[in-house]
Amino acid sequence: MSNKLTNILVPVISVILGLLVGAIVMLVSGYDPVQGYIALWEGIFGDMFTIGGTIRQITPYILAGLAVAFAFRTGLFNIGVEGQLIMGWLAAAYVGYAFELPAIIHLPLAILAAALAGALWAFIPGLLKAKLQVHEVIVTIMMNYIALHVANAVIQSISDSGEKTPMIHESASLRSTFLDTLTDYSRMHYGIVIALIMVVIMWFILEKTKRGFELKAVGFNQNASEYAGMNVKSNIILAMVISGAFAGLAGAMEALGTFGNITVQAGFTGIGFDGIAVALLGANAPFGVLLGAILFGALKFGSLNMPNVGIPVEIVSIIIALVIFFVASGYIIRVLLERLSKKKEAK
Amino acid sequence: MKKRKFGLALSVVLAAGTLLGACGSKDDTTKGDKEDNFSLAMVTDLGGVDDKSFNQSAWEGIQKFGKDNGMKKGDGGYDYLQSASSSEYNTNLTNMNRRNFDLIFGVGYLMADAVKEVADQKPDTNFSIIDATVDAPNVASILFKEQEGAFLAGVAAASVTKSNKIGFVGGIDIPVINRFHAGFVEGVKAVNPDIKVDVQYTGAFDKAELGKTTANRMFTTGVDVIFHAAGATGNGVFTEAKERKAKDPNANVWVIGVDADQYKEGQVNDKTNVTLTSVMKRVDVAVQDVAKQAKEGKFPGGETLVYGLSDNGMALADSHGAISDETMKKIDDFAKQIADGTIKVPEKVEKKK
Amino acid sequence: MEYVIEMLGIRKQFGSFVANDNITLQLKKGEIHALLGENGAGKSTLMNVLFGLYQPEAGEIRVNGKKVKISDPNVANDLGIGMVHQHFMLVENFTVTENIILGSEPTKKGIVNIKDAAKKVKALSEKYGLNVDPYAKIEDISVGMQQRVEIIKTLYRGAENIIFDEPTASLTPQEISELIQIMKRLIAEGKSIILITHKLQEIMEVSDRVTVIRKGQGIGTVTTSETTPNQLAELMVGRQVEFKTKKAKANPKEEILKVENLVVTDYRNIEKVKGLNLSIRSGEIVGIAGIDGNGQTELIEAITGLRKVKSGTVSLNNKNITNLKPRDITESGVGHIPQDRHKHGLVLDFPIGHNIALQTYYQSPIATAGVIDYSKISELAQKIMKEYDVRSGHGEVTPARALSGGNQQKAIIGREVDRNPDLLIAALPTRGLDVGAIEFIHQRLIEQRDKGKAVLLISFELDEVMNVSDRIAVIYDGQIIDTVNPNETTEQELGLLMAGQDRKSNNGQVKEGDE
Repeated sequence: MSNKLTNILVPVISVILGLLVGAIVMLVSGYDPVQGYIALWEGIFGDMFTIGGTIRQITPYILAGLAVAFAFRTGLFNIGVEGQLIMGWLAAAYVGYAFELPAIIHLPLAILAAALAGALWAFIPGLLKAKLQVHEVIVTIMMNYIALHVANAVIQSISDSGEKTPMIHESASLRSTFLDTLTDYSRMHYGIVIALIMVVIMWFILEKTKRGFELKAVGFNQNASEYAGMNVKSNIILAMVISGAFAGLAGAMEALGTFGNITVQAGFTGIGFDGIAVALLGANAPFGVLLGAILFGALKFGSLNMPNVGIPVEIVSIIIALVIFFVASGYIIRVLLERLSKKKEAK
Repeated sequence: MKKRKFGLALSVVLAAGTLLGACGSKDDTTKGDKEDNFSLAMVTDLGGVDDKSFNQSAWEGIQKFGKDNGMKKGDGGYDYLQSASSSEYNTNLTNMNRRNFDLIFGVGYLMADAVKEVADQKPDTNFSIIDATVDAPNVASILFKEQEGAFLAGVAAASVTKSNKIGFVGGIDIPVINRFHAGFVEGVKAVNPDIKVDVQYTGAFDKAELGKTTANRMFTTGVDVIFHAAGATGNGVFTEAKERKAKDPNANVWVIGVDADQYKEGQVNDKTNVTLTSVMKRVDVAVQDVAKQAKEGKFPGGETLVYGLSDNGMALADSHGAISDETMKKIDDFAKQIADGTIKVPEKVEKKK
Repeated sequence: MEYVIEMLGIRKQFGSFVANDNITLQLKKGEIHALLGENGAGKSTLMNVLFGLYQPEAGEIRVNGKKVKISDPNVANDLGIGMVHQHFMLVENFTVTENIILGSEPTKKGIVNIKDAAKKVKALSEKYGLNVDPYAKIEDISVGMQQRVEIIKTLYRGAENIIFDEPTASLTPQEISELIQIMKRLIAEGKSIILITHKLQEIMEVSDRVTVIRKGQGIGTVTTSETTPNQLAELMVGRQVEFKTKKAKANPKEEILKVENLVVTDYRNIEKVKGLNLSIRSGEIVGIAGIDGNGQTELIEAITGLRKVKSGTVSLNNKNITNLKPRDITESGVGHIPQDRHKHGLVLDFPIGHNIALQTYYQSPIATAGVIDYSKISELAQKIMKEYDVRSGHGEVTPARALSGGNQQKAIIGREVDRNPDLLIAALPTRGLDVGAIEFIHQRLIEQRDKGKAVLLISFELDEVMNVSDRIAVIYDGQIIDTVNPNETTEQELGLLMAGQDRKSNNGQVKEGDE
């Protein structure tokens, strides 16, 4: 079997297998899989509203996935995307409501603030890793909690012990009347454009620039990079900062697009953690991340439509997890395909 | 064996059907006749419909209303959707609107923004928000005087404590929970100003283990009655109390539940129960009330409805004998005075300087 | 003649790669049998089959004439087969005895009985003249002594047949000759030995017969006394090999590198280089001879900027380069072939092409305004790979990891030499490489010298230092204690110097051959 064919077949078969097992789950629990999957499909592509919603869901996943993938490619494990995202969200929401500026300045400023906040939150573990060899996994996990509670405290102090910040001004919003009308208020926003640009930017940084060359080299082998005259420490910090900036931008999507403010959070958004899965699904390559985010976001949003035909959320979660599980374990299918083609050859 | 094969074959067909079906998909929801068939729905916040708290209570109210009016679950009748994350509130509300429900409840203060946004976008549908106020002509805001119910609970707690130490476990530090807090402290003081109330906010509504450790600490320091207003975090308070009671059946350990009657949560065994009473927030009563008005064409859009002791929006649950008749009398007395306005219960705790 | 071990027609395959194909090795009782082959020829695989770590696909193993199945190392032990590994398997902070009994601790009522074991160790040590203290800690004894502990370990477990895997790789000349004595004593006591090596000299000196394998194939077995090193090399490599590297007389000119009173500390802040002086001129190769750990690593790292200098100066072409950043030093004209090519020399997960550009990726013409033109990297890589005969599966896009050690090293040398540095530092440039690759690399070093460059060669292999250098500086305890002319010295003399003993009479007044 040719390589190309396998590369296309594996994910397709994975998705079908996941759906099949999901169908069995629905059958066993007494629900109609046909109805369920029609609802899932319509929940993703049914009409302009669901398409808009799907794109909105995909947007932060792309950026969170890029954040994790970028760190991975440079030899770092950024578990702190969640916290960086929260800080980016907070920063964008703050800039969005606290200033009154023309849109041409206000929107970029809010986006930049989010990227900077995320970058700053990632700078700390980067610095600790570079200077003191503190493992970034521990630091970033802890920074997640700090981010969550710092953000909550800031929100409460801003809103005078209320639970949310004021809504951002129109001039900082990524939403538009055009998109709202087109997609029947799906809350889809122009953030998807930013996310797609970032996919290209990550690809460009890693594959085209000399800085990307250094970042990758340092990620693979610090000793050899130092030997070759690269500044290992500053590259580690820079890698974390760029990763954090992506995460901060994911937060900006929530602040300037989906929600328009930030609310006191009882727990994590989960987007940052899902970003790890998205990055792995996409093999840490920018365009792979895009595909991973599309799969993740589409399933996540489409599945919201399944309870509308009476399938309980718990079953829906199991089905979605199954599909993702099968895609992630594409290796198994690859091996099966190889066995099959070997058998054929033998005959 | 046959069956399994059939199942597999079926699911293959079904999977294929999914793809085909999707190709031919179109919007086949038909516009229902709004005037003839009143329908209503709700969207839960993160707690889910079986949270043994206000989401569940709201759903019970909707179910009761549906049955009373001969409606069926599903489109054109009554239904609910659960939200797993805050980003889903908006989508779920829109989904319910797309299914043409006439009145849609958003349960919980967390949903206020989403209700506001969707209500602005869909001015022809009526919405209602529970535990928050939303300023829109097609939204009825439902609030409760939690402080009034909590006051009575404070009276009950002050009457059973032997150590003169009482605990309050709150979820997140937000106005709703502050009202419980303020009313409770006030009720305790009305009985005995010398009683110390140990107040602890856990910062979460979904962390039972946090509730358990907090309760453990309180009980260890001599607290013998805890009132929790912390959602699922409060389940940990019950667990801790039950464990103590199971170990030592003579221990004076009580928990006061919140939102719904949490008597079942306190069951240690057939004979013992640690639930003193519960401060019931009758979301079901409020939901039915608003639904009734809407069905009759008198939807209180743009208004804020506040339910308290006087209109059965707040109540204490049956204590199953844990509270003496004498105390019950005292409680009833306070309840009357609150209902008729003689006693004004504050919404906020005076911050000590 | 009776064979104690016979491996007949052994075949071992990993996937589609055949590591051993129809190899036969027969060990006579009481002989030292050398197993000769290049790196990657399949020597280790064959021995791992004998030691029970791999199962062969075909062929059979006989011990004392009986067919056996060696399913794991414990079976090998029970059959009296012991192995002294190249990398010692010792616990540093345990005593000799504790290490020896590790895994088969003798117990008295459940308590480990160290005393009896120590007595037994002492007895074995005396019997074979090993001179090992049973209570010494491993971290306190020399490498040679550690190897003896490994030998006792096999004897303690009742080994009759002992496999030595590259035993001389990390020993000083003195230690090597002592090891040879030990081997001879073992034979005298009735043991049989298989000696894995690619050093022809040792084979000639110690072995009775030699089995040669090449690229997984058994080439044949010859009797040592009836062969010559050249014949063996030809059998091993498959072609004629030059041993003595041909080179013209050196013609040194102006001073390129000058190291004065250099003091460098290691990561624990312990002084490793203690006031070292060294000078290299253009057109000469200076070899640093010394036992590992006498400051060589720190010296190179200090010159190349990888480690901070505590005091003293390093100057290149009369320019002070002390404590400059590595890149600045590189750019001022230093090429560096690092001693650990996997750790420092290559980014193994990068394509070999990227590795070839590792020192030049940021410069014109490859990079302009921060953007890399990868086609330029490919061009450079293809050019160097052709010039330096770097062979890889898929050209310059092959991951560096997938290349053989020799090809990796050739790529590194290509990378460093192509930049045309005034000073080329080659640290253990031929470590782990086979005869063919060594020959190639030596020629390249000499070529640089002939072009008027200065070359600093660090090696633990005496014959390499003697063969390639124009001058030999002996490093001991962080200082150059003597400089000798390779044509006027012997391995024995060098060995003594490396061990820190001054030359008898003319200490300090060294004749420097070409000067």
